[in-house]
Amino acid sequence: MATAQTRTLARTMMAPAVIVLLLWMAVPLAMTIWFSFQNYSLINPLMTGFAGWANYEYVIGDPSFTQSLINTLILVGGVLLITVIGGIFLALLLDQPLWGQGLLRIVVISPFFVMPPVAALIWKNGFMHPGYGMLGHLWKFFGLQPVDWFNQYPLFSVVVIVAWQWLPFATLIFLTALQSLSEEQREAAEMDGANAINRFWYIIMPHMARSVTIVILIQTIFLLGIFAEIRVTTGGGPGYASTNIAFLVFRTGILSNDIGAGSAGGVVAVIIANIVAIFLMRAVGKNLDA
Amino acid sequence: MARNVSTPTKVGFTIAAWAVALLLFAPILWTLLTAFKTESEAIASSPTFLPQNFTLENFAAVQERSDYFKHAFNSIVVSVGSTLLGLIIGVPAAWAMAFAPTKRTKDILMWMLSTKMMPAVGVLIPIYLIFRDLRLLDTVHGLTIIMTLINLPIIIWMLYTYFKEIPVDILEAARMDGAELWNEIVHVLVPMAVPGIASTLLLNVILAWNEAFWTITLTSGRAGTLTAFISSFSSPQGLFLAKLSAASLLAIAPILLLGWFSQKQLVRGLTFGAVK
Amino acid sequence: MKLTPILMGAFTLALAGTASAQTLTIATVNNGDMIRMQGLSSAFTDETGIDLNWVVLEENTLRQNVTTDIATNGGQYDVMTIGTYEAPIWAKQGWLVPLDGLSADAAYDVDDLLPAIRGGLSLDGKLYAAPFYGESSMVMYRKDLMEKAGLTMPDAPTWEFIGEAARAMTDRDNDINGICLRGKAGWGENMAFLTAMSNSFGARWFDEDWKPQFDQPEWKATLDTYLSLMNDAGPAGASSNGFNENLTLFQQGKCGMWIDATVAASFVTGPDSTVADQVGFALAPDNGLGKRGNWLWAWSLAIPTSSQNTEAAEKFINWATNKDYLATVAAEEGWASVPPGTRTSLYENADYQAAAPFAKMTLESINSADPTNPTVKPVPYVGVQFVAIPEFAGIATNIGQLFSAALAGQMSADDALAQAQDAATRDMTRAGYIK
Repeated sequence: MATAQTRTLARTMMAPAVIVLLLWMAVPLAMTIWFSFQNYSLINPLMTGFAGWANYEYVIGDPSFTQSLINTLILVGGVLLITVIGGIFLALLLDQPLWGQGLLRIVVISPFFVMPPVAALIWKNGFMHPGYGMLGHLWKFFGLQPVDWFNQYPLFSVVVIVAWQWLPFATLIFLTALQSLSEEQREAAEMDGANAINRFWYIIMPHMARSVTIVILIQTIFLLGIFAEIRVTTGGGPGYASTNIAFLVFRTGILSNDIGAGSAGGVVAVIIANIVAIFLMRAVGKNLDA
Repeated sequence: MARNVSTPTKVGFTIAAWAVALLLFAPILWTLLTAFKTESEAIASSPTFLPQNFTLENFAAVQERSDYFKHAFNSIVVSVGSTLLGLIIGVPAAWAMAFAPTKRTKDILMWMLSTKMMPAVGVLIPIYLIFRDLRLLDTVHGLTIIMTLINLPIIIWMLYTYFKEIPVDILEAARMDGAELWNEIVHVLVPMAVPGIASTLLLNVILAWNEAFWTITLTSGRAGTLTAFISSFSSPQGLFLAKLSAASLLAIAPILLLGWFSQKQLVRGLTFGAVK
Repeated sequence: MKLTPILMGAFTLALAGTASAQTLTIATVNNGDMIRMQGLSSAFTDETGIDLNWVVLEENTLRQNVTTDIATNGGQYDVMTIGTYEAPIWAKQGWLVPLDGLSADAAYDVDDLLPAIRGGLSLDGKLYAAPFYGESSMVMYRKDLMEKAGLTMPDAPTWEFIGEAARAMTDRDNDINGICLRGKAGWGENMAFLTAMSNSFGARWFDEDWKPQFDQPEWKATLDTYLSLMNDAGPAGASSNGFNENLTLFQQGKCGMWIDATVAASFVTGPDSTVADQVGFALAPDNGLGKRGNWLWAWSLAIPTSSQNTEAAEKFINWATNKDYLATVAAEEGWASVPPGTRTSLYENADYQAAAPFAKMTLESINSADPTNPTVKPVPYVGVQFVAIPEFAGIATNIGQLFSAALAGQMSADDALAQAQDAATRDMTRAGYIK
């Protein structure tokens, strides 16, 4: 079917998307790379000229660089862990015969519609604040000292907030996948006398593998750049305890107005993202081939 | 779905599911309740569940301080506009990738996704400079363009996975019948693709609505969206929790309602090819 | 059918509106006084026909947006709200329009501006930003709790007395903390407080050769005193408390003392406060070294050179910072709500003195801050709670994180100081101050 004519047609149809995305990627990236080799401070016009590798040395030499790398991985990994495992359980639960299916689904999906700064503000002020947050009241109710979440468990708190936002997304994808598991397959398994655990491991899990892959892939893309939640809640701290790569770039580039170093950080972040992406593709890519 | 289970089991599952669901919903519910409390009640050391002095003054104060409807209007224009623009560019591309795949199709798809991995904070200054020179700062169309570019990879990927589900035989049968390309698209492809396109549209409206970096940095008042609206209510001087809750509620309400009403459509499509 | 003329009328009005009126875009912080200004600004539009487009943002977001815009010459704003830190630096870059019109306007009376504030907003004798409200810092305390502890607050306390009083007032069972201080990381948050405090301990940021001084005993004494005070008598979770969080705590009666901005005085004695009638004021503490730990700041309005509407912008700034504006606020909300700390005449006004019990202490605090000579030893920089160099914001943001971590108990004071010294040295070397 792939005649020369269709191939030309296909190319023409893809052209706008490819060109637009190519520009979107190449122009800012080229400018960022250019800036990363310049002395460029937003507020100090005296800093000019070619910088060589100085900006890269500066960013990689930042005392928080290693920690922010680790934090990035913990953040991505932690949220993935919670959303994938929690999502599978929740999807299995919602797949059971229940009263109020439709309403339940509406309630469960809701956190996904909340914009990140609002989610962070709600959690920060309404929930995790040791003085007047709901969790604080709850702790006091049980006679415990309220936990100061963002100071005692900064990274964990951020993971919780982000996981809260993404759990519905994972749940819904898993639920769709579960519901496409044909009735015959389930019944056959039940007939064979397979117990619930065996059914889960040998029938359901293999069927879900593909949707797990998709969830991991999509979420990783978004999670690598988590920024609003950190900025609103912990500001990367205390110390560097919740600084990830995106926040480090923000701190060097924007807060310190050092565009040269910020750009170098941006380039480093792109490289890291691509390493993660390649790794991810290797690990899960075969699941994607239909 | 019509599996037969005993009533006690069903009761058990129902209770468990609702417990988890309400736990997930609690932050939103708490915000909803706080929005109708007075400021002092909102941070009282002995908390109340339902507002004791039900008040609408928070909403009045919020509206007086920044024009909710202007921001909401901008949010609607940007999210709907960018999604439509994205579909115009994305549908042909996804169609071509699904029906005339080459060896490189998968790579192109992955490359498109990888454009989403650039950290926004890293390219702020380049984009700001470009926007300044193109006179796009603080314009709704400038924001629309950015949102389109950000979400285009997701749009193409979602559409691609739907289009691939459409059996090629049907298209070929139509082609054999001598149908023109245009007819092929209008009469065969479109009806089959509509659910997919609809859910792509919904998801991208949601993603664009909730984007909170570019919408805040590239606007100043005229083109500000609801994310900028929210930014003026976080931690001012004095008591603010109730007003912040009211503003938060206003900011998420439209998209929450849209999501709730179109939930079936969205969920049906939210697979990204996760289901074979 | 009856609707048609109305619609037509509205349409013509709308057209006329867009055709003739000028629009100013004003970026400001979401603090109470600015929100009040926004509320009153329709009077300005009625008077001049100039429309206002308000961008009211949370402080950090505002600062980032405004800095990005002015540094790239973006031209998004006509009036920007900036502080005493930015004003001289930006003026020096040629980014701000000098407010010569205000200086020439006799009714505006530029000589009425408090000299310390005016000096901080000027470069080479020219005014580049008009102060909207000014502040220093002072001690606010609960008279009832102080009495209960059997102590009397002097007008000019020492750190030793503050420490003693804070520990004596602390009553954990009743959720009363002897002292509330800023702990939230940020150059305008904990670092503003700690830098001002360090001055009274004789510490300085840099020596005459721009070498960071965090490895010196004065800084160690400052941080140790701060940490032990907060551990013994501070509220839980203090490392995320900024101005606003402490304000809330104080208003709810959970703080015995609070050392912070003088503008807070009208809030803690205002209608939102549960302890309004029990608040006393004192000067910021000292250590007998001749310097007090009080700062100097003014939120001010300035015009970026990228603005296309500089004339209208200056008109607006005149309206928002002149004597009539103070009178308008007083008429609408009472004298206590007037933006403080900018004009000598306000402090000579008998009505104001009667309505604002904190007026005298505020003026004294502002007048005692000396930006050109902030600490005991000589320094190469200007600024009390900041160092007026472009690199300061970045360095202090970093160090603020470290000190906040020390308060949260995540690192020791010595580690925090050592890392601060390293970070400051690294950045100052990079910026070329240290050869």
